[in-house]
Amino acid sequence: MAIIQTDQLTRRYGRQTAVDGLSLEIGEREIFGFLGPNGAGKTTTILMLLGLTEPTAGRARVLGYDPARDPLQIKRQVGYLPENVGFYDDLTGLENLRYMGRLNRLPEAQAPALIEEALSTVGLEGEGNKLVGAYSRGMRQRLGIAELLVKNPKLLILDEPTLGLDPDGTNRMLELIVSLRRERGMTVMLSSHQLEQVQRICTRVGIMIKGKLAALGSLEELSKGGSGDKAGPNLEEIYMRYFKEA
Amino acid sequence: MWTICRKELADHFGSIRFLILFCLILMVALVSTYMAATHVREALDGAKPSQVFLLLFTTPGKFFSLVQFIALFGPLLGIIMGFDAINRERQHRTLGKLVSQPIYRDAIVNGKFLAGVLTISVALLSMMLLLTGLGLMTVGVVPGIEEIGRLAIYLLVSIAYVSFWLGLAILFSVLFRSLATSALAAVALWIFSAFFVGFLADLAADALRPIRNPRDPEEIVANRRFADASSLASPAVLYSQATSTILDPYRRTRSNLVLTGPMERLSLERFERPLPLDQSILVVWPYLTLLAAMTLVCFGLSYVVFMRQEIRSV
Repeated sequence: MAIIQTDQLTRRYGRQTAVDGLSLEIGEREIFGFLGPNGAGKTTTILMLLGLTEPTAGRARVLGYDPARDPLQIKRQVGYLPENVGFYDDLTGLENLRYMGRLNRLPEAQAPALIEEALSTVGLEGEGNKLVGAYSRGMRQRLGIAELLVKNPKLLILDEPTLGLDPDGTNRMLELIVSLRRERGMTVMLSSHQLEQVQRICTRVGIMIKGKLAALGSLEELSKGGSGDKAGPNLEEIYMRYFKEA
Repeated sequence: MWTICRKELADHFGSIRFLILFCLILMVALVSTYMAATHVREALDGAKPSQVFLLLFTTPGKFFSLVQFIALFGPLLGIIMGFDAINRERQHRTLGKLVSQPIYRDAIVNGKFLAGVLTISVALLSMMLLLTGLGLMTVGVVPGIEEIGRLAIYLLVSIAYVSFWLGLAILFSVLFRSLATSALAAVALWIFSAFFVGFLADLAADALRPIRNPRDPEEIVANRRFADASSLASPAVLYSQATSTILDPYRRTRSNLVLTGPMERLSLERFERPLPLDQSILVVWPYLTLLAAMTLVCFGLSYVVFMRQEIRSV
């Protein structure tokens, strides 16, 4: 079953077309890399998938639901980490998680265990009682993931999860994403600019340029028809090729 | 919605700015009531009119009466709690996260408004109780049932009044991105309605219903009527007129003294008896409806704007 399926999904703002006839399918347990320059329409697409923005034309299905009609069902099972996610800095990490848990209607009896588990999954055990204001950037990003995990989602949509992290933080984040797919069977959709990282963990990529899907497929598929490099598929090369063509 | 309401409540009661403002208001209220109480006690020597207890709240002490004070500074309480309701979440980038949780979007505004109203209620109620206790101690008059009823209505009207400002502040917090802008806009409107609407109403009345002949009573009456009607656009005027009628049973007309004819004035003097509570309510009913309507319009507007706002910009 396809986790995400879009059919000619389009969104216009006035005369400008942010997303132009996007047709895309993401299967179960994929780590899908969603690439493209700034302003290519990646975030708009994500917002449409979550039912936070209405498409101008076309339709989408997420986990079998229509985001325009059933956004609550989708939000219940999809964890979305916005770019540069914010927290209530005057609360502790634990309190932030508890609030998110309540908003997701976790049963009060199970919530503490789930929260504890989420914290240890992202490697923040023992840090829960610190104020989020005192967290480092890497810790904040991991807390963001923990917030998604408390509702045990089927699909994770991560918008630039590694932006601004140091090399160590980046590595831990990527390992975390891979392990979530491997151990919990989650599907991940990941939007990013950092091609080298996408290349390391994604099973498939889509390149979006000026609202259109310029390329879609695994790295091997996309590198065919290229210069036929000896060093194997290189995402940066592929990306630049499509970028110049557009 | 309750989850959001609960969190906002905790935020309000824990926030330092609320604490400061509440202490300030409480302090001024205590002082003014105390002064009113000593005043009343002196004036009371010997005489024993009915419903003395209400005088505590309406007698101006050295500066102003408690009722005037709340009319002036109550809005600040509402503004302080509402001006950053939505745009603080925006600034801290938590709004995008909030709307991607499985809740309806209106629950966010509803929860925040509800939490604000609850906080206001608790603050005002505790203040009233404190002042009542103070009044009991200093004046030594026990309030009757009717006086308690009047005070309860006064409390309700005050909550509605402060809620109006809360709704307005939340509206601004939806409309403006920056915290400072929305705070400033709300405060500007507050100052305008508190101080300038009266002048403006007079100006408008003079312009549109000029008194050409100062001896002509009809022109004077028309002029005053117009000024009164247009000053009702200010919630502060609405509020102070409504509450003074409720707290002052001897007042039986909302209209300006200039408007009362000689016969009416005569009849007022003849029946120097207090208006029963239900009649007082009847007199102020239109004011209450108008106040409630303004609150709902504010709240409804912010609701609609927020629901339609593009999340993109969130």
